[in-house]
Amino acid sequence: MRQISSEQYKQNLKAKKFLIWLFIISSFMMFAALTSGFIVYTAGSAERGLKTILPQAFKYSSAVIIISSITMHLAYLSGKRLQFSKQKLYLIITISLGFLFTYFQFSAWQTLTEQGVFFVNYNASQSFVYIFSGAHLVHILAGIIMLFFALAGVYQNIPQVRNIFRLEVSSIFWHFIDILWIYLYVFLLLNQ
Amino acid sequence: MASTAIHDTAVLHHHDHGHDGHHKENFITKYIFSQDHKMIAKQFLITGIIMAVIAMVISVLFRLQLGWPDKTFPLLETFLGGWAEGGRIKPDFYLALVTIHGTMMVFFVLTAGLSGTFSNLLIPLQLGARDMASPFLNMLSYWFFFTACVIMMASFFTATGPASAGWTVYPPLSALPKAISGSGIGMTLWLVSMTFFIASSLIGALNYISTVLNMRTKGMDMWKMPLTIWAFFLTAIIGVLSFPVLVSAVVLLIFDRSFGTSFYLSDIVIAGQVLPNQGGSPILWEHLFWFLGHPEVYIVIMPALGITSEVIATNSRKPIFGYHAMVYSLIGITVLSFIVWGHHMFVTGMNPFLGGVFMITTLIIAVPSAVKTFNYLATLWRGNIRFTPAMLFAIGLVSFFISGGLTGIFLGNAALDINLHDTYFVVAHFHLVMGSAAIFGMLCGVYHWFPKMFGRLMDEKLGYLHFWLTFIGAYLVFFPMHFMGLDGVPRRYYAFTEFEFMKEWLTVNTFITWAAILSALAQVAFLWNFFYSIFYGKKSSQNPWQSNTIEWTTPVERIHGNWPGEIPTVYRWPYDYSKPGHHEDFISQVTPFSETMSSNLPHDFEGNPEAERIQEEWIKNNPVPQKATEEV
Repeated sequence: MRQISSEQYKQNLKAKKFLIWLFIISSFMMFAALTSGFIVYTAGSAERGLKTILPQAFKYSSAVIIISSITMHLAYLSGKRLQFSKQKLYLIITISLGFLFTYFQFSAWQTLTEQGVFFVNYNASQSFVYIFSGAHLVHILAGIIMLFFALAGVYQNIPQVRNIFRLEVSSIFWHFIDILWIYLYVFLLLNQ
Repeated sequence: MASTAIHDTAVLHHHDHGHDGHHKENFITKYIFSQDHKMIAKQFLITGIIMAVIAMVISVLFRLQLGWPDKTFPLLETFLGGWAEGGRIKPDFYLALVTIHGTMMVFFVLTAGLSGTFSNLLIPLQLGARDMASPFLNMLSYWFFFTACVIMMASFFTATGPASAGWTVYPPLSALPKAISGSGIGMTLWLVSMTFFIASSLIGALNYISTVLNMRTKGMDMWKMPLTIWAFFLTAIIGVLSFPVLVSAVVLLIFDRSFGTSFYLSDIVIAGQVLPNQGGSPILWEHLFWFLGHPEVYIVIMPALGITSEVIATNSRKPIFGYHAMVYSLIGITVLSFIVWGHHMFVTGMNPFLGGVFMITTLIIAVPSAVKTFNYLATLWRGNIRFTPAMLFAIGLVSFFISGGLTGIFLGNAALDINLHDTYFVVAHFHLVMGSAAIFGMLCGVYHWFPKMFGRLMDEKLGYLHFWLTFIGAYLVFFPMHFMGLDGVPRRYYAFTEFEFMKEWLTVNTFITWAAILSALAQVAFLWNFFYSIFYGKKSSQNPWQSNTIEWTTPVERIHGNWPGEIPTVYRWPYDYSKPGHHEDFISQVTPFSETMSSNLPHDFEGNPEAERIQEEWIKNNPVPQKATEEV
């Protein structure tokens, strides 16, 4: 029989929390590869390049995701201060903002197609815009699922250690995809 | 605050229950969906061995074609049916065999089979942890790998056959389903399989890194870790940084294949029909692929190097020569592995200046590699060598690493590569330096840690037979290929009967095929030994190799949670072999310095003045007995 000290339990949680940082690194590498691919591809010939104006919707979605990062942090703080009803509220707001962000991305795609910038395109620089935002959107959906888990935790009244753990992990991830989108957007703006 | 306190106890209670060593395990949770790192390691190993056998049989099949291009083997038709109509392997199927041999060996055997087995087994055991950071993800990692294997095998049962574009799956062959027969469903299955595989190795790598950084036992600082752990740790870092790049590349490839985009495609005519795709660049794939592909070969070789360090030190009964140099050279290889990918692309129309840059970075890798090689040799030098089968395989690795590494200096040269690229010289080079060397590292690990995995010993005599036949066989297979390559014989060709200058190499090809068959048969000795010993091998003692690392302080029975009581504390580095003044030729990492007063050295105390004072006092009180040194 073995006694597991609370210290060791915390060590396990620390190791698990570390996993999310590592995942962020690998995810960052994926986008680094995609954006490098864009640079290599676009530099190959003068006919390539974005050659279009990015939709306004990208601006709105950027604003939405920045706000959602703030509400995410507020949810985390209230969770830490044991204000669970506030935590629920902020989590719900963050999730809604996540969906709003998704909506704006889709409407941006719509604007792009109206401008004649299609995904299936002989200028793959333009296809890359869809790849960037699409791959990022997959991360947003994953983030929303994590937020739902954090929210479900509060409703099920799980132990505070685990509640904080879920909150921390999802907020680290959420801030990451926020920064990731800003990076992608700025990258696209610079190549416009 | 009261609620927090209650919550906390609830967690602890729940947790105690979950990790109670005595709770019931049924067959499924113990052997199939196991979350115990030792069981997962065994699952990886046995799946890896099965994949290795399949990939080896595949290689014998295409060697038959190369060895006797005009002969028919009716037996082949019996087994392969339409793939070998009239007893000769079809050209399409030959390409598929080459592709799947490469894919399986590189990814399934030498990445999952090697890292998956030994990282899982040794990281918790050698660092003093109960299990991985996330046992659940660890289990998921294995099952993704298993799924990948099943899907890859399934492609043999499709009408058009498995992927045939080579293990590097360059577009357009991989991007156009109509390009060759293997580009159809076979290629789709390849992509699906690799998606699972990438997920598996990423999850595994995340787990390894987190465990190494967060779950070491008391006293185990980074500089007390065995070199195996350093190697697995850095390998995992390479994996985390490079596999996502392959994901990006594959995503774009999938869109090109199935959605009509043109990332990689341009100006293509198939069967007289002009395809609409314009503006794409297949070079883009090569960049993205080799940004993973080159680090991948270090993912393959570094765990093998780590295992070898441990086994050579243990069986030479000497401290590893240059522990810090070994670690720094591993770090050097890790960093350099990311800035050399261009040497696979010297002849793609790359700017010659850029080629020069990649040439320099490539040749710099010779430095850390040579440091490692010399350190192995220096460790062996005047050691009290025990030639266990594991030790022989470790020495075999060093041999292959040297002879294969030397040809890397030729290939890394942008000018020489114009002549040598895509010839058998390349095949010879990488089969020695990363193929044979890594598989020897893996076999070395299997022989050495078999007692830890199964509580029994493998048969030594069969081990020697296995080693010598494989070692000689591998050299007989790959050494002649250098000369074929220098003469310009290209790799991946179905037959060399159509070219006048290659005809003189036919006899060499026949010779190589015989050598390959010999090496393949030698593996029967291993397979018999391995599976027989699992059930009927000699029972192992707790520390059969008299090794210092802490996995040998666990009970032979391999319990869940690894150590029955508290996890032992570590006091010293793992290489205190034959330390002067000690009565035994090894001192376990868990032995405190206070128990080895007769052998302690001033630098053991890392500048702790109190410990140094105690030691000095002890030496004063226990003068070394004068031996009769005058008798000469």
